[in-house]
Amino acid sequence: VGHAVLAINGAEVNGRFTADGKDVLEFLSNPANYPVSIRFGRHRLSSNEKLMLASMFHSLFAIGSQLSPEVGSSGIEMLETDTFKLHCFQTLTGIKFVVLADPRQAGIDALLRKIYEIYSDFALKNPFYSLEMPIRCELFDQNLKLALEVAEKAGPFGPGS
Amino acid sequence: NSELFTLTYGALVTQLCKDYENDEDVNKQLDKMGYNIGVRLIEDFLARSNVGRCHDFRETADVIAKIAFKMYLGITPSVTNWSPGGDEFSLILENNPLVDFVELPDNHSSLIYSNLLCGVLRGALEMVQMAVDVKFVQDTLKGDSVTEIRMKFIRRIEDNLPAGEE
Repeated sequence: VGHAVLAINGAEVNGRFTADGKDVLEFLSNPANYPVSIRFGRHRLSSNEKLMLASMFHSLFAIGSQLSPEVGSSGIEMLETDTFKLHCFQTLTGIKFVVLADPRQAGIDALLRKIYEIYSDFALKNPFYSLEMPIRCELFDQNLKLALEVAEKAGPFGPGS
Repeated sequence: NSELFTLTYGALVTQLCKDYENDEDVNKQLDKMGYNIGVRLIEDFLARSNVGRCHDFRETADVIAKIAFKMYLGITPSVTNWSPGGDEFSLILENNPLVDFVELPDNHSSLIYSNLLCGVLRGALEMVQMAVDVKFVQDTLKGDSVTEIRMKFIRRIEDNLPAGEE
């Protein structure tokens, strides 16, 4: 439920078609194409959906820190569900870094700090990147991917175990 | 090795002088450019130095002089001349890497050569919700014995407070 076909035999699928224009259902109904490997998963969010969810979270974060019975609350740092954990790190300048991860994944705090560094290097030090805009910097994406891979490999027990 | 840095800054200033023809405009541009650098540099500073929020202006002064200046310019200015209200202080720089080998000619007597620094400090502090006024009050380029930057706290910027900081 809620899952969609993400890839066929390694080639990414967009809606009903693969990148080279093959119709997925047609391909699957032809036994000559078997065996075939199909990857299912949840749909990736579109940029607009991400923006919308991020601004909702921003408001929830503000409400969260106002509701806190303690003064000087740090706001929502973690949101736990049975299928994922949302981690949030807010910098002194008000920027929030949000990571959605497997509930058992460790080392997210370190990952958030690392992402802050990657942002300050590959986004901010790129003079062609304008503040507050979506980040479309290749070096940023590359380094982010690396950091995520490192964090994932560390698994449920954290790096160095 | 900071020669390339000094030369680059020098090239920047001389180009601005050619473009704007009068010192006041150059000073303004340097401040503006510094501001744009400051709003980005602050994130790098916070990400790398792991400093927490300062509780008062004195802490801010110390962090600026002992950590930030050290990190980015390799110098540690001294913090002095506090105003009685604790809202103004001076940074005394014995040497300024930006002005190595520089001499100010007579026709640029009102040029504030290192004004970029004022913009950087202003921009960076604005991102952590502090409105400050930063200006040079002494400059070795103008014959003073030291370079003195005066920083004044104006007000806390309330409009963009990160949640939880009221």
